[in-house]
Amino acid sequence: MRWLLPRAALTVALLLAGAARAEVPAQRQGELRHLLRHDCGSCHGLTMRGGLGRPLLPETLADRSDEALAAVILHGLRGTPMPPWGGELTAEEARWMVQVLRQGVGDGR
Amino acid sequence: MAGRRNLLLTGLAAGTLAGGAAPAATAELRGTGDLGLVVERASGSVLIVETTGRTALGRVTGLGDLSHASAVFSRDGRYGFVFGRDGGLTKIDLLRGEVARRIVQAGNSIGGAISDDGRLVAVGNYEPGGIRVFGSATLDPVADIPTGSKVVGLSDIPGRGFIFSLFEAGEVWTATIPEGGPPEIRRFRDVGRQPYDGFVTPDGRHYIAGLFGEDGLARIDLWHPERGVQRVLPGYGRGEEPLPVFKMPHLRGWAVAGEQVFLPAIGRHELLVVDRRDWTERGRVAVHGQPVFAVARPDGRQVWVNFAHPRNDVVQVVDAESLAVVRAFTLGRGVMHLEFTPRGEQVWISVRDANRVEVFDTRSFARLASLPAEAPSGILLAARAQRVGF
Repeated sequence: MRWLLPRAALTVALLLAGAARAEVPAQRQGELRHLLRHDCGSCHGLTMRGGLGRPLLPETLADRSDEALAAVILHGLRGTPMPPWGGELTAEEARWMVQVLRQGVGDGR
Repeated sequence: MAGRRNLLLTGLAAGTLAGGAAPAATAELRGTGDLGLVVERASGSVLIVETTGRTALGRVTGLGDLSHASAVFSRDGRYGFVFGRDGGLTKIDLLRGEVARRIVQAGNSIGGAISDDGRLVAVGNYEPGGIRVFGSATLDPVADIPTGSKVVGLSDIPGRGFIFSLFEAGEVWTATIPEGGPPEIRRFRDVGRQPYDGFVTPDGRHYIAGLFGEDGLARIDLWHPERGVQRVLPGYGRGEEPLPVFKMPHLRGWAVAGEQVFLPAIGRHELLVVDRRDWTERGRVAVHGQPVFAVARPDGRQVWVNFAHPRNDVVQVVDAESLAVVRAFTLGRGVMHLEFTPRGEQVWISVRDANRVEVFDTRSFARLASLPAEAPSGILLAARAQRVGF
């Protein structure tokens, strides 16, 4: 897809993200929300307001692309404690989690 | 271990828990030596538990975001000070089963400590980075010590002092706070890359900081601070690529078992065993996953270990003499923490996703009790009040 213009690429990415969203089954979504809250939350906070890891609030993620954020989830950030989650998450699942973060997880209660 | 046959030992516990009544406010007098707190991380509450009948006495709610919450205890054992992730500091009356005082002192916190004289409670903060110190009676501010870096591994040290590490800056600071005077700060630079936690040995003499950014630990002899930082087990990974770490290990004085210290290796499914006398390696123990807590039974004979995601459903028991794994329990996903009673005859283990706290006899390994709790994490017994570094 490298030949696509940036805007077109963005559109495709958004479409893919939308499609990916539909492809994560409901039960798996529950598991991913649990993972996000408790396992991501152990460094980023249960409410994603940050901890040893940076905050993952909609406003703090606004300047990063879906793909870049999904890549951080899947591959980790070298030199930081952020580990690669690609061993247990698919690319679609990582993008779905990015969308959940963009909407905000609230206090989850 | 056979499932959930073994429920509460007495029916009484369920009744008092459901009622949420204060433990002993209107009943007869009692002490707090067998009491403790169980953090319910997702609901912002704590259970008050007792380890004699192994029951929950009540629940205290409204404590905010308790992910990574911990607690220290007043020297008379009456009060617990709970440190929340959201900067909340809550003083809980264990006997009345209620909040005595509560403040929100920062935006993002990691834990705290209480001074040897019991008068000062310090909180380590990520945002803004630093520690803040409060009077334990009123929670009024006493000192504010900004560091410009996330604080980890905060502990009390003898002499109205505290010690802590700076994650980004790679430093260790001590702060002693004379009565009525300004804090006296001492900085140790270049302790190593990314200290992630630290602890003081039970005698109050050595501070050990674990390093995330390199293989090794940093040690400071508090009898001889002028000697600076000594490295422990440098290069323990022998250049091998570390495995991903899905949860940071935790360090406290419970790592010390007799003459040996048991430390989680970073990015390895191993415990590192260090000789406490000369701080050299004595051995390694291959374990089930990335260790998070390696806690010695108070007599030093056993070390119980839990693990990081995704292997966090298991607890292993290491025999400290033979360095062999002698027992393993599969308890359900999210084994978060374990705490021994002061004499070590029981161990209490929180299992987050099972919504239970399991209690085992540490000699027979029989399950003694299984208490309901909402996503339990830290288990903190009031006997910590009498220990340096807890």
